[in-house]
Amino acid sequence: MDIVGLISIALTSIFISNILLANFLGMCSFLECAKNIQTANGLGLAVIFVLTLTAPLNWAIYNFFLKDEALAWLGLETVNLEFLVFLTFIAVIASSVQIVEMAMEKFSPALYSALGIFLPLITVNCAILGVSLFLVERKYTLIETLVFSFSSGIGWWLAIVGLAAINKKMQYSNVPEGLRGLGITFITTGLMAMAFMCFAGISL
Amino acid sequence: MSFGKSREGQVLIKPLIAANPIMIQTLGVCSALAVTVQLKPAIVMSLALMTVVTASNVIISLIRNVIPAKIRIITFMLVISTLVALADQILKAYLFDVSKQLSVFVGLIITNCIVMGRAEAFATTNTPKMAFMDGIGNGLGYSIVLCGVAAVREVLGSGKFLGYEVAPQALYDIGYVNNGLMVLAPGAFFLIGIFIWLSNTFYKGER
Repeated sequence: MDIVGLISIALTSIFISNILLANFLGMCSFLECAKNIQTANGLGLAVIFVLTLTAPLNWAIYNFFLKDEALAWLGLETVNLEFLVFLTFIAVIASSVQIVEMAMEKFSPALYSALGIFLPLITVNCAILGVSLFLVERKYTLIETLVFSFSSGIGWWLAIVGLAAINKKMQYSNVPEGLRGLGITFITTGLMAMAFMCFAGISL
Repeated sequence: MSFGKSREGQVLIKPLIAANPIMIQTLGVCSALAVTVQLKPAIVMSLALMTVVTASNVIISLIRNVIPAKIRIITFMLVISTLVALADQILKAYLFDVSKQLSVFVGLIITNCIVMGRAEAFATTNTPKMAFMDGIGNGLGYSIVLCGVAAVREVLGSGKFLGYEVAPQALYDIGYVNNGLMVLAPGAFFLIGIFIWLSNTFYKGER
């Protein structure tokens, strides 16, 4: 197993090409929920959890069913179901979010009440679908997929908690009137993205 | 009564600036930032999104009375992702280069909150005709921002417009350099921030 390669994937997806700040995925819930740190933290953790769960699942479905010649083990060498990728992935994501929600409610009510309200939101978070589509495009192996999805989640969590903390400080600053609210959030995010770009020099 | 005052006209015109999906409703921001390095992919993306949002609005509006309320989100998802898969196949067949450039972002129209948001907020309670207008309006509003941001980024970031050189060589000779920040991620954030600032300042009274 190539450990250095895995560490490099992890560092790249947390810092250098952060899923939110460099790939712009998951912006909607990011902008909506970055108002207080508690909410941001809850949503971030939920995203890490769902990402790490759905990405390997989608990986398996893609590699064993949908890919060109993937159905060779059934004796169907000529079948290529790649056009079903979107439909399948979104169905997998929506249903696993639903299952996780029900399981959590039954077995861990405390965690459920902490994350519960965010879970339905996650289905339409583009970071989740984005990661699944990226791993198809980049042809990752299973281990790489696990590392990639988990660290992308960490990267997202880091960015949203960071922005929430900055927003909290921002309440005391004197922002120009037209820029208040969404405008200044974008400028702040831009500055954060610039800060994260400093990591771009790291290579393993 | 002129078209602009009628209800259809209002539904069509309002999302252009006064209730712009990106700047005011904060919907569909992800793709607005990611595909705007050059103008051409931005235009293709706008067209793809406009088609999908209009078609999904009409379809959902047509079946709005038979969708059970409990599973409506899943139903929307199915309709939308089928449409997106179609759009993706068409792009791959006729505009392969651009579709490679757009990479995963065509697929991400599924989770683009504009489509979902308009389906939930408008199509479920309105007739197909109004839903059609709403789809076109929101698609256009999205396109305005997308193409605006892309045009600025391409001209300032690489001195080109739709792939043609617009910055004269003489300018480079006297020491002009392309603004590298515009090509990178932060440039997109700053530009959208500035767009929002401008629209807030000029259209304050109309909301």
